[in-house]
Amino acid sequence: MISFREPDDNSGLFIPRLLIAVIAVLVGGIALVAKLYALQIRDYDKYHTAAEDNRIKLVPVVPRRGEIRDRNGVVLATNSYDYTLEITTTIPGGVRPKARPRTELDNTIYELAKFIAIDKKDRERFHKFRAENARLTSAPIRGALTDEEIARFVGQRYRFSDVDVKMRMTRSYPFGQLASHLVGYINRINKDDAESLELRGDADNYLGTEHIGKEGVEAQYETALHGVTGEDRVEITAGGNPVRLLGHSPATPGQDIVLSIDIELQKVAEAAFGERRGAMVAVDPRNGEVLALVSVPTFDPNLFVDGITSENWARLRETGVPRAEQNKPLLNRALFSAYPPGSTFKPFMALAGLTHEKRKWTQKISDPGFFWFGGHQFMDDKKGGHGGVDMYKSLVVSCNTYYYMLAADLQIDRISSFMPQFGFGERSNIDLPGEATGVLPSQAWKRKRFAKAGREHQKWYPGETISIGIGQGYNAYTPIQMAQAMATLANNGRRMQLHVGQKAVDSDDNVTEFPPELVKEIDVKPEYIDLVRQALGDVTRFGTGTRAFAGATYHAAGKTGTAQVYSLKGGKYDKSNERMRDHSWFIAYAPTELPNVLSDQPGIALAVLVENGGFGAASAAPIARQVIDYWLLHKRANEPALEDADASDVDNGDAAHNHAAPLPQAQDGTPGNPAPTPRGAAE
Amino acid sequence: MSAARQRFASLSDFLLRPLDPTLALILCCLLAYTFVVMASASVGRLESLLLHIMLAMVLIWIVASIPPQRLLSFAPALYILGVVLLVGVDLFGETSKGAKRWLNLGFGRFQPSELMKIAMPMTLAWFFQKREGSTGWQDFLIAIIVLALPVFLIVKQPDLGTAVLVSAAGVFVLFFAGLPWKVIGAVLVTGLLAIFIFVQNSADWCKPEVQWPGMKQYQKERVCTMHSPKKDLRGKGFHINQSTIAIGSGGFSGKGWREGTQTHLSFLPERHTDFIFAVIAEEFGFMGALVLLGLYLALLIRGFIIAATAPSLGTKLLAGAVTMIFFTYVFVNIGMVSGLLPVVGVPLPFVSYGGTALVTLCLGIGILMSIRHSWQDH
Repeated sequence: MISFREPDDNSGLFIPRLLIAVIAVLVGGIALVAKLYALQIRDYDKYHTAAEDNRIKLVPVVPRRGEIRDRNGVVLATNSYDYTLEITTTIPGGVRPKARPRTELDNTIYELAKFIAIDKKDRERFHKFRAENARLTSAPIRGALTDEEIARFVGQRYRFSDVDVKMRMTRSYPFGQLASHLVGYINRINKDDAESLELRGDADNYLGTEHIGKEGVEAQYETALHGVTGEDRVEITAGGNPVRLLGHSPATPGQDIVLSIDIELQKVAEAAFGERRGAMVAVDPRNGEVLALVSVPTFDPNLFVDGITSENWARLRETGVPRAEQNKPLLNRALFSAYPPGSTFKPFMALAGLTHEKRKWTQKISDPGFFWFGGHQFMDDKKGGHGGVDMYKSLVVSCNTYYYMLAADLQIDRISSFMPQFGFGERSNIDLPGEATGVLPSQAWKRKRFAKAGREHQKWYPGETISIGIGQGYNAYTPIQMAQAMATLANNGRRMQLHVGQKAVDSDDNVTEFPPELVKEIDVKPEYIDLVRQALGDVTRFGTGTRAFAGATYHAAGKTGTAQVYSLKGGKYDKSNERMRDHSWFIAYAPTELPNVLSDQPGIALAVLVENGGFGAASAAPIARQVIDYWLLHKRANEPALEDADASDVDNGDAAHNHAAPLPQAQDGTPGNPAPTPRGAAE
Repeated sequence: MSAARQRFASLSDFLLRPLDPTLALILCCLLAYTFVVMASASVGRLESLLLHIMLAMVLIWIVASIPPQRLLSFAPALYILGVVLLVGVDLFGETSKGAKRWLNLGFGRFQPSELMKIAMPMTLAWFFQKREGSTGWQDFLIAIIVLALPVFLIVKQPDLGTAVLVSAAGVFVLFFAGLPWKVIGAVLVTGLLAIFIFVQNSADWCKPEVQWPGMKQYQKERVCTMHSPKKDLRGKGFHINQSTIAIGSGGFSGKGWREGTQTHLSFLPERHTDFIFAVIAEEFGFMGALVLLGLYLALLIRGFIIAATAPSLGTKLLAGAVTMIFFTYVFVNIGMVSGLLPVVGVPLPFVSYGGTALVTLCLGIGILMSIRHSWQDH
C-alpha cells in the first residue's frame, strides 16, 4: 500500500523538471499563438486576398463579332456556329493541369472513330492544336458535326467522360472569293497578334477571343467588330471545376460595319476582268465612298478562318511557281501595287501646264513625231506626228510629243510640287490596311532612293523629266491613287477622303455614320479644270475611248493609259511573252457633269488597271464601260438596261445644259471649240 | 432507497469510478468540438467517428481500471513485442506510398510503430523505477540504447513523424528521470548548431540532385520546403501554402461553419486528418483556434497535476511523459499546419480523423486516469 508521504530524493528532482516542462509548454503555446496572430490578425488582408484569388476565377464572356454588310445591307461576313467534338487533353483535378499521355488520347480517338468519321487530317490537326495550345484543357477533334453525328455521339456519351460537344463561333464569308481583299478575313490569334494586343493594352479584352481580323475591313475595323468582352465571376474548386456563378457582366457585342461597297457592282467588275490580273477602284467622287474595290485574282477567305491548311497555303503562295509566272492572289493590287500611270497622267500634266502658265489652252505646238532632248530622241506614239496639237487635241488623241515638251518646260520641281494635291505619291489613307505610297519622283526622292549609290546616281537629270510627262519613268501609282485623282477632277477639284466604311451599327441599332470628309480643294483655277474635263469627255466620243463607249446612253469622261513594262525592267521586249506586255489603264468618271450629291442620281469615278493588258483602250476601257453601265443603268453585260430613265438626260454631249440639278462651277461660254478628231487615235 | 435505484447507483459507481471527471470533461469538450468540425470538413465520416469515440471510451475505461503498477509491469513485454514487430515490418511489411509501415495480421493491418509511442515511455518509466535511488550514468546509457533501437527501425521505414514522437516520448522520461544538464546542454547546442549549419547551406543542399544519406527524397523535400515554402507554390510547397492561406483568411472570427472556401473547394489537402486545424482556423478564426488551444492547455495542466501528485517514481515519469507527448502532438501538428515546422505526419490529438492514432491517445488518457485513480483510492 502506498500512502501519502513526502516525495523522496528522486521526486525532489522531478518537480523542478516538471516545472521546466510546464514552462516549455507555455513557451511552445505562446509561439503557436504568436504564429496564429501573425497569420490571422496581422497578415489577414494578404491571406484573405489569396483565398479569394484561389476560389474566384474570372471567365471572359466573348462578345459576338459584328457583321460586315454592303451599302444595301447584303451580308459579306457573318458568324456561324459550328458544333465540334472536343477531347479533354489534361488530367482533371490537381492544381497544375497535366497533359494526358498521347496513347490515351489516341485510344479515345480510336473509339470515337468507330461511329464518327475522323480522318488522318483531323488527327493531325488535333495533335497540332494540342501542342500549340497547352494552356487549354481541351482540343477539337472534329468540326462541322451534323445533327446526325451529334445524335450518335449523345447515344454513346456515357462511354466518353473525356469527350464533349462544344459550340464554337466561326466566321463565314458567303460570297467566298468575291471582294476578298476588301472584306479580308480573320484567323486564329498567333503569338505576334498576342504581343501587339499586349502592347496596345487590349489583351484583357481578348482573353476568351480565339480570332482576330487579319486583312481588309476585318482588320481595319477590328476594334468595332470585336466588341467588349464581358466577365463571369465563377467560384471554382482547386481542380478548376466551376461551382457557382458569383457575378456576371455581359459582353458588349461588336458593331456591324456597313460598307459603301455595292457587292453587285463588285460582282460585275470582277466578272469583267475574267481571267485577267488587275485591279479596279470605283468611287463616288462627291463623297469619297468606295463603291467597288477589285483586285484579281482573289482567294477564298473562308480558308483562313480556322487556320489554313498547308496545302491551301502553298497553293495561294504559289510555292514552286517561278516568280515571273506568279499570279499573286493574296496581293491586294488596288492598294499595294504601284504601276507607271502612262497616259492617264496627262490630264494632270495639262493642269500643271495651265496653272504654271507654261501652256495656254489654245496654244499649238508642232508635233513632228519625235522630240529631241539632250541628244536623245523621244518618240511620239504616232509615226510622223499629230501635226499641230493644242491642249485639247493632246488629251483627246493622247499626243506624247506635246507632253514631252510640256515636261521639259515645267521641269521636275514644278511637277513634283504640283502633283501631291491630287494624292500622287501619298497614301490615300483609305480605311483599309497595307497601302503603298507609290512614287512621285522629285529631286529629293531620287537622292533618298539612291542614297547608297554614288552621287552621280542621286542627281536628277533633265532628261529624266521628259518621260515623266507621259507617265513613264520613275513614277508609279496605285490604282486607288489614280481613282482618287480622277474623282478629284470629276468633283471639280474637291478631293474627298476615300473610305469603304459608311457606318457602324451597334446591337441596339444605334448608328454611327462616318461622314464624308473634304481633304482639300485643289489649287487650280476652276476654268482650267473645266477645260480638261471637257477634253476628257470627248475622249469617249472622238478620242481613244470611243470604241469602248460606243452606244453608251450616258456621257462618260475618261483617259486611256498604257504603261510600259519592258523598258522599266531593261529586258528585251518579247511580244510572245504575255508578261512583257504593257499594263493597260483606264480612268474615267460619269456622268460628265455630276448630279448634286443630295439627289439620288448616281455618279462614279474609277480607275481600271489590267496587268499586261496591252493598250488601255482595248483592255481596261471595256471593263470601265461595264462597271459604269451597271452603276448608272443597272445594266449587266449582255443584258438590256433596267433603267433607261436617266439615260436620255446624259445622252447629249453637253449634259451641263440638260441636267436639272444645280451644278457647281457651271460655266457658260465654252472655250475654243476645237474640231473633233473622229478617227480613233492611238496612244 | 429501492433496490433498483441502489443497483443503478452501484452500476454507475462501477462505471464512473475509474474515470477522472476533470479529464473526462475536457475530453468530452474536445470530442464535441471535433464532431462539429468534422460535420463541416467531412460529413460522410460522422458515423464512423461516433463509433471511434465509443470504442475510445471503452478503451479508456479498461485502461483506467488497471492499476498503474500493473500497467508498468506489462511494459518490458510490450517493448520486446514492439521491437520484434518492427523487425517483422522491416522483413515482411507492406509498402504503401513509398514507406514500409504496415504489418498484415490476416484480419487487418497494424502499425507496430504506433504501439511504440506508448510502450517506450512505459518501459523507460518501469526501468527508472527499478533503478530508483541508485540511478547512475550507466542507467542513462542503457536507457538511450533502449530508446535508440526502435527509433532507428522506425526511421528506416521511413516514418519521420512517428520517429519524432517515439524519441520525444523517451527523451521526456529521461528528462524527468534527471538526465544531467550537461548532457541536455550538449544535445541542445549540437542540435541548434546543426540547424544553423543547415540554414546556411540549404541553398546548396536542397538542390534536386543532392542526395541526403539515409533519407528518402520526399523527406529531404519536406525539410527544404519548410525552409523556403514560397519557392515552389504549385509543387512541394503547395500544402503548406494552402493551409497558411486557409488559416490566415480565417481572420479573427472565421468564415463561419461550412463556409471555409479553402476547405470546401478542395484547396486544403488532408482536411479531415493532418490538416484539420486549418479547417478550424479558417471557419472559426483566431477565436476558434484559441478555444482549441485552451482545451489542450487544460488537458496538459491536468496531466501535469496528475504527474506531480503521482504516487511513485514510475507513475510520475509515465504521467509526465504522456502529458508531454500530448503537447508534442499538438505543437508539431499546429506548427506544421501553420508553417512553423516542416511537414511531418503527426495528427492533431482527438481531432484528426483516424483510428490508430486515437487508440494510442486513449491509451495515454487511460494511463493518466489509472495513475490518478490509484492514489485517490488510498
